[in-house]
Amino acid sequence: MSSSAPAVAAVQSPAAESRLARILGSSIGQKLVMAVTGVILSGFIVGHMVGNLTVFKGAEAINAYGVALRKFPALLWAVRFGLLLSVGLHIWAYLALSFKSWGARPQGYKVAAYKEASFASRTMRWTGPILGAFVIFHILHFTTGTITPGFAFKEGDVFHNLVAGLSYAPVAAFYIVAMACLALHVFHGVWSLFQSLGISQPRYESTARRVATLFTIAVVGGFVIIPIAVLAGILKLQ
Amino acid sequence: MNITLHVWRQKNRNAEGAFVTYQARDISPDMSFLEMLDVVNEGLILKGEEPIAFDHDCREGICGQCGVVVNGSPHGPRKATTTCQLHMRSFKDGDELTLEPWRANAFPVIKDLIVDRGAFDRIIAVGGFITAPTGNAPDGNAILVPKLAADRSMDAAACIGCGACVAACPNGSAMLFVAAKITHLGYLPQGQPERDRRALAMVARMDEEGFGTCTNHGECEAACPKEIPIEFIARMNRDFLKAALFTPAERAAASDGG
Repeated sequence: MSSSAPAVAAVQSPAAESRLARILGSSIGQKLVMAVTGVILSGFIVGHMVGNLTVFKGAEAINAYGVALRKFPALLWAVRFGLLLSVGLHIWAYLALSFKSWGARPQGYKVAAYKEASFASRTMRWTGPILGAFVIFHILHFTTGTITPGFAFKEGDVFHNLVAGLSYAPVAAFYIVAMACLALHVFHGVWSLFQSLGISQPRYESTARRVATLFTIAVVGGFVIIPIAVLAGILKLQ
Repeated sequence: MNITLHVWRQKNRNAEGAFVTYQARDISPDMSFLEMLDVVNEGLILKGEEPIAFDHDCREGICGQCGVVVNGSPHGPRKATTTCQLHMRSFKDGDELTLEPWRANAFPVIKDLIVDRGAFDRIIAVGGFITAPTGNAPDGNAILVPKLAADRSMDAAACIGCGACVAACPNGSAMLFVAAKITHLGYLPQGQPERDRRALAMVARMDEEGFGTCTNHGECEAACPKEIPIEFIARMNRDFLKAALFTPAERAAASDGG
């Protein structure tokens, strides 16, 4: 395989390491971290999306839902901390894996030709940070009410904040763009996590592909319908 | 047919390289890609210039030695075809082709289009084998292998170690190669005793060699002349994770060929 005689390989001792070090120190273990945190965050967005849909049942329903979420502050903070940890580990895994990849080809090709890489797979490194920025804005917008372009934030009145906040077109547009990024990110992410978790699946016509497609349509559809409904005047302040 | 070639020329490992343009004239469409390069090289030799260095050996698609990136595609535009099995009929008269070596930190350029794939050998050396007693050949039917396992093992064993997967991967990852080697032994009964240790050692070595990491683009599978599927990467991940989580240190360390 090589034109020069290979150097005698140094004897490996992955054995000497602890189980945790074996996982966190290897590229495949870092992919596992990426996948497991991806599963947690995917689970979160399903719950968030389903909760959001109560807005279509009216102001009282979603305001009651908002109260219910805060009923057990300890639980709420445990979930928030868990999500923050997941996001942190997800980003750490991305950086750890990417540093390896950035160093793996110091000199690129003059001519690049993609055969299989999808738009979603090639934009993961952009859709991720955009979603990160969106989440920070979204928390400041609707959770803390710190940034409230075009409306007056009313503490506890979820319905008012949601409809008034999204009536401002530039913000609604940002929400819709962010959801497009989410669609690309979770489509490639969900299909990839099957690979990373070691569940062998062909690239096409496989269960992993179908799960990723259905998950993306259902979750992102459920999210994006709200800013669209506000812009279309279906959801409006009484 | 006449073809314009933009070829990466690099004197040695440490030299700066550059693209040089050559004309390949009166090329028969029945020639193989490497025969076309032979013709160009004969012209260069007659003119007293240094011929283009490229790797090749069997020229029948089974040795894994050849490999040129043609217009961004390792082994050229044809599916499931090594560079030596690519024919000039795959191109049109007047085409401009850019020829580059495999680009990867772990595959340093030795000269022109030839790279050092010793990193692959070093990955094999830490675990891509089984430990078997020497002496008389054992009875062929003494160990039964299920048909499906034999088929899948052969699918993986088709890997010729050419490195096109690394060349094609936007991340410069060698995971398809390592997955093929782990899978081909892991499907067979003979590969079981060292299966955990093999996965741990080969993956560790792969990381140390400076390859990138898989993000499931699927470019490797598309470029592979032997059509190794990326399902095997998932299988490698499973073998590695199982070994990393459940193999006790003593067992993972055991056996270095003895």
